[in-house]
Amino acid sequence: MAGRAGSGAGMVEGSRWHKWVFFHVPLMVFVVGTLFPFYWMLVTAFRPDGELYRPWRAVNNTPFWTTQPTLEHAIYLFKQTMFATWLWNTMFIALLSTLISLFCGLLAGYALARLRFPLAGGLGTSIFVTYLVPPTLLFIPLANIIRDFRLGDTPWSLILTYPTFLIPFCTWLLMGYFKTIPKELEECARIDGATRVRAMIQIIFPIATPGILSAGIFAFTLSWNEFIYALVFLSSPQQKTVPVGVVSELIRGDVFFWGPLMAGALLGSIPVALIYSFFVEHYVAGLTGAVKG
Amino acid sequence: MAQVMMKDLNKKYDEVHAVKDVNLHIRDKEFIVLVGPSGCGKSTTLRMVAGLEEITAGEITIGDRVVNDLPPKDRDIAMVFQNYALYPHMTVYDNMAFGLKMRKFPKPEIAKRVGDAAEILGIQELLKRKPRQLSGGQRQRVAVGRAIVRHPQVFLFDEPLSNLDAKLRVQMRVELKRLHERLETTAIYVTHDQVEAMTLGDRVVVMKDGWIQQVGEPLELYGKPANRFVAGFIGSPSMNFVDVTVADASGALWVETAGLRVKVPPALSGRLGAYKSQHVTLGIRPEDLRVASGSDSADYSFDTVVEVVEPLGSEILLDLKAGPNVIVARVEPTVRVKHGDKMRLALHPERVRFFDNKTELAI
Repeated sequence: MAGRAGSGAGMVEGSRWHKWVFFHVPLMVFVVGTLFPFYWMLVTAFRPDGELYRPWRAVNNTPFWTTQPTLEHAIYLFKQTMFATWLWNTMFIALLSTLISLFCGLLAGYALARLRFPLAGGLGTSIFVTYLVPPTLLFIPLANIIRDFRLGDTPWSLILTYPTFLIPFCTWLLMGYFKTIPKELEECARIDGATRVRAMIQIIFPIATPGILSAGIFAFTLSWNEFIYALVFLSSPQQKTVPVGVVSELIRGDVFFWGPLMAGALLGSIPVALIYSFFVEHYVAGLTGAVKG
Repeated sequence: MAQVMMKDLNKKYDEVHAVKDVNLHIRDKEFIVLVGPSGCGKSTTLRMVAGLEEITAGEITIGDRVVNDLPPKDRDIAMVFQNYALYPHMTVYDNMAFGLKMRKFPKPEIAKRVGDAAEILGIQELLKRKPRQLSGGQRQRVAVGRAIVRHPQVFLFDEPLSNLDAKLRVQMRVELKRLHERLETTAIYVTHDQVEAMTLGDRVVVMKDGWIQQVGEPLELYGKPANRFVAGFIGSPSMNFVDVTVADASGALWVETAGLRVKVPPALSGRLGAYKSQHVTLGIRPEDLRVASGSDSADYSFDTVVEVVEPLGSEILLDLKAGPNVIVARVEPTVRVKHGDKMRLALHPERVRFFDNKTELAI
């Protein structure tokens, strides 16, 4: 990756002046703009309340750093709220809905990429269209369904509704990836003595690992961060996920508990960040669809 | 070991009729080459034999079994693809062993067969590598190795040498031929390269637009092309074609056009008699033309002007003009000519061909 980014910088043609105006400066603006909220979250999470609620114009105000970092907010989260339960809920829901979506996405993506059947094109498009329906509208009919099946306020209400946007997403990503794999590989396996299913499992899936990983990571992240369905379908505190729990329990009326809020946000983003950093290589290959044979 | 029969084979896609009424009997142990320009249906035919394409109509028999409805794995065939199709996540050994593992061969037998094949192909040291660590030629060898370990009844080759560079292609061509002589397995080989077709095939099948044009031994196709397409396709540089009129003069048949007038060789005059004062196509190969000397009969020679000289070392290719007609001649490397020179060419009367202008069939 580093090599590729480096050669990208080299691609900008023209004088040093050009490079600064068209490459370095915009990039810096972008990087600072993207990272600053995270930095703010980090600082706030470790800043004692005394500093947090200090007036902006106070002589000793240091908004961009802290001199007395503290863990009190994190401790508060675990002692005074059900943060640990929320973490577990979120993990459980995200993992299960990711697995369901990956399984369906793998089969659907393979079928759409490889099998010739009537209406294959139309089917692919309509799967994509379902992905375009905004969750802010879809939650209304879904809420009805959840109520009719008596799944409200259980993790299953989310495990079964997240796939409504995860499956189209996984299907499309994987379909694109499968299309980059030469079909001769599979044909050869079928001549070599494998059935279509076996060729799919033994030849195509291992080769598609980067694509499967990125679909999985993306699906996991989407369900980990999901807010609106979790807010609507879950009501009791012990059922909530991190995004909903933190917001609903740490903003009381118009009082924002900034320290614990930011500590919750920080702790909530660590698992996702870890997953990304482990699989970043595969993830990039998966999105750019590169099969090296 | 098996013969392959294709009976009235047809393949239709939605719009395209890709293969039309193909009838072919491939004998046991024969090396047969399907050749033709892209889109002629040769690959589709091969893929139908492999079971990768459904058969629209007709019948394919391998050995004594009709295989129309058999899945590829049950046809006892092996195929080598143009892009090698090596499984990138497996080592060379596992690539070659895959088919045997699928068929549940015992491990020692697999090891022995892979070892034998690797020895034949000289790839013993590569067995632990992954495909991406191999050169093009090595990958091709592995792909061939993967096919031969299974001892299938029929080998199918789909343009296996097209991705190799010119030098390697010649080398692999020789190796494939040697391999076939050693293994004596029926082979169907698809290529668009007529040199590969001529050098490898026991018999060659020329196809165009889904139809078989001619089936024959390489020299038969070269010497007695059935129609104008085969005549032009086989041989490089390709045969010269000139539109001429058949005329009767002083008791003999002549063909003539602006800038060119030659006598019809006696062997052909009988059949050409029916075309008196009609247009036909005269076909003459560049290698059947030579610089005329004093002893050459005026009946079989004509005047030309040199346009382009292409010295190839072992020979010279001349682009000439006889009147408005462009003619390519292959002459001795000692001939010294340059652009604009006048030159008299003599042709080999027995090797001249004529084609009907309407049916394009040989006369």
